[in-house]
Amino acid sequence: MTSARNRELLALVPVAVLLTAGFAGVFSQENEQLGNLSLIYGAYFLAICLATHVFLRIRLPNADPYLFPLMATLTAFGLVMIYRIDEGLARDQANWFVLGLVLFALTIQFLRDYEVLERYRYTIAIGGLLILLAPRLPGIGQQVNGAYLGVKIGPIAFQPAEFTKIAIVVFLASYLREHREVLIVGARRVLGVTLPPLKHFGPMLVVWGASMFMLVFIRDLGSSLMFFAAFLALLYVATGRFSFVVIGMLMFLLGAWFFASTVPHVHERIEIWLHPYNDPQDAGYQILNSIFAQADGGLFGKGFGEALIVVPGTDNALLPAAQTDMIYALIVNELGLFGAVGVVLVYTLIAARGFKIALIAADGFSKLLATGLTAVFAIQAFVIIGGVTRVIPLTGVTLPFISYGGSSIVANFVLLALLLLISDRARREAAEPAGRMAALGATA
Amino acid sequence: MNRQIVKLFAFVMVLFGVLIGFTSWWAVFDAEALKEKNANKRPLLEQQQIPRGRILAADGTVIAKSVPKGKGSAKRYVRRYPEGSLFGHPIGYSFVKYGDSEFEQFHNEELVGEGSEFSSIADELLGRTQEGNDIVTSIDAEAQRLALAELEEAGFGAVVAIEPSTGAVKVMASNAPFDPNRVPYDFEKWNADEIERPLVNRATQGLYPPGSTFKVVTAAAGLDSGAITPETAIDAPGSLEVEGTPLENDFGEDFFGTTLDTALTNSVNTWFGQLGQQLGNDTLFEYMERFGFNSKPAIDLPEDELEESGVWDLENGEVLTAADPVDLARLAIGQERLLATPLQMAQVAAAVANGGKLMKPRIWKRVIDPDGRTVDTMDPSVYSEPISEETAAELTTAMEGVVTEGTGTNAAISGVPVAGKTGTAETPGNLACGGGVEENQAWFIGFAPADDPQIAIAASVECTEQFGNDVAAPIFADVAEAILNGE
Repeated sequence: MTSARNRELLALVPVAVLLTAGFAGVFSQENEQLGNLSLIYGAYFLAICLATHVFLRIRLPNADPYLFPLMATLTAFGLVMIYRIDEGLARDQANWFVLGLVLFALTIQFLRDYEVLERYRYTIAIGGLLILLAPRLPGIGQQVNGAYLGVKIGPIAFQPAEFTKIAIVVFLASYLREHREVLIVGARRVLGVTLPPLKHFGPMLVVWGASMFMLVFIRDLGSSLMFFAAFLALLYVATGRFSFVVIGMLMFLLGAWFFASTVPHVHERIEIWLHPYNDPQDAGYQILNSIFAQADGGLFGKGFGEALIVVPGTDNALLPAAQTDMIYALIVNELGLFGAVGVVLVYTLIAARGFKIALIAADGFSKLLATGLTAVFAIQAFVIIGGVTRVIPLTGVTLPFISYGGSSIVANFVLLALLLLISDRARREAAEPAGRMAALGATA
Repeated sequence: MNRQIVKLFAFVMVLFGVLIGFTSWWAVFDAEALKEKNANKRPLLEQQQIPRGRILAADGTVIAKSVPKGKGSAKRYVRRYPEGSLFGHPIGYSFVKYGDSEFEQFHNEELVGEGSEFSSIADELLGRTQEGNDIVTSIDAEAQRLALAELEEAGFGAVVAIEPSTGAVKVMASNAPFDPNRVPYDFEKWNADEIERPLVNRATQGLYPPGSTFKVVTAAAGLDSGAITPETAIDAPGSLEVEGTPLENDFGEDFFGTTLDTALTNSVNTWFGQLGQQLGNDTLFEYMERFGFNSKPAIDLPEDELEESGVWDLENGEVLTAADPVDLARLAIGQERLLATPLQMAQVAAAVANGGKLMKPRIWKRVIDPDGRTVDTMDPSVYSEPISEETAAELTTAMEGVVTEGTGTNAAISGVPVAGKTGTAETPGNLACGGGVEENQAWFIGFAPADDPQIAIAASVECTEQFGNDVAAPIFADVAEAILNGE
């Protein structure tokens, strides 16, 4: 069991080296001389990671050894990129990173028996949806780029959708664990199409409604897409019925088409995606400059700190929202196709580890929860990278662990904590067949 | 559920694969096309961060340079053109907001010091900052100044002077000129100006009927194909019925039993009209193409800023070939629907001057890196060999007659033998001239000294009521003299 933690410790070394080298690269670009500051930053980061590692060694000795180092890699990488944009933002981000780890530790400490989540699934779901409303409340709500994504109370701003995604996954995993049998058995064939039983159709409609609600009322297209995709993924895994996914997809497309033709905000996003050159100076500016920045990166990129983010001598952004939505375009510009492939590869590895946890988990809830958390994480990465590379319309979700943003970092560390909790139990039970039986008895 | 989880993971891999695919497309496969997009200001903004190299005239006169503006990360370089409108054509401009044009655009890579992807990685690792190279052109600053000044007196038009043996462009002046320093202020106004069209380089984009200057091409085809010799006599009546309309000589003068020398000296239309008919489509077009007609000139300027000379079907916007029906008699004397740029006609003169060898015209001469080393030198290269040395010599003799005793006496330079040909094409209704009926396109093409050609020149003036010998030939003589004296 300690071998897992030893592997984790070993995997953290390249992370620290990467961070130190990254900072060194940015410093040498900006100051033309290399101070020892990059070493100090690297050491701090390593120290925090080591503390987390020691905590995991004590609390979750069997948990997956690669997830934490992989996510630390992304965070380190994100910190370097953000530092390169703005020193102050990087300091904020580092603070969020520490706060995220604190929440990470608290989650592990107090949610060891994560089945308790099942008991409160309706409370969690309703809470998650209610906080989505907060950005539209007068006084604390904030509108960003036409979307109501954020809440600001005093100095603290946060984006509720990042937390809602976890709440929704918890709810769905729990609901589907309980109802998957009836969903499969009660399905009827109508006109050659297998339909889910109407009685248990409820949650599907609720989640569909919530997604559409986000699309229109909060104008958060990205999160809406992400939620619904995660829902379909879970529905598929729980029931094994591909036809349910197709029906769900059709419903989503129908809703999206309806709103795209009636709600100007949604319609505009799709128009920009399809015809960015119609208005290159205004509506199409962001996506076009994203692509232009990538074209400039080539195979190997221009190097850390070399990208133009604002038009020199002015405050006009050449790559708008470089530290959040557009950070992937900045990565392609500075590190080229190779750097970008590296980043996508890390996300792929995280997805692989997450689904591995789901595979070895013994009980239905753990399986579905691990699947859902992994899926929502991977889909989030796809939605934003896909938006930046014009695979799908550009929407404002963060690139997990890399983009600047406190809510994103903190929420994703909670997500990581849940995955490690599931993993710890699954691997322990896999290692001790006797214990596994006992655990099954306890959860039944 | 495990089977579904594996399938889900496979699906996620496919999604991520799509992301890599799109990233590769933008970053590598489509990158060059994206950098060319008008909406893409990034390449120019980035180039602004590095000092762009200077452009110099042959004598070292600074044509274009970059000056720093702002400090720190806002530091950038802005283009300055110390000589104002003198070199607006053919050098062009380079500004972030308005892009670049002409020589500045064609030689962009050298001017910004761009190397390969791998050498820029090496630069980055070694901490070198990119710096642009200087380019020395072959432009003769004094002759350019003179040519532009005389054009501004005479009217809209262009002068092109080429060194026949190398193709080096010594003068390329276009009136109306523009001052590249004013591009950020006057760009829209200039673009909207349909009369002066200052942003159009008339030397490379001005399509004019070449008139009698084209008889040099017809004569070259006749001699070189063996259809005629300098001794061949042709009866050329004062008027000849061609395709239903009479083709006439000046003052309806008859020239019976006339040979090439007399026909060229007096620019006898019916003589060349008959020669053209005798040659036929295939031979005449063959020689036109050898001289550079029917394709864009192989000069170091952007291809989309060059025009193709030839018989233009303007309604369909295409250049006709030997397979199309044309009025050969009128084509042979530079009429029909024939349109040629001053650069093209200068190439005709240069090919004859160079013993029948047409060199590729080149504005650049040397590239000098920031350390002062010459890193590249222009190698003269042959574009084609349209005619034999013998044909060239025979043509030269005939063209000398034009200047000594024919229609082009104003092109004479004291103490220097000159060979040339005048041209006056009627261009009634030319809007740029105000639409008058008495408007002509006046031409002179030629080279000097005739016995040892150092310079070949084409001068063309729009919207004049005078003839080639009155307005174009004097410009030829003055510019040629300036270039010959400068050496």
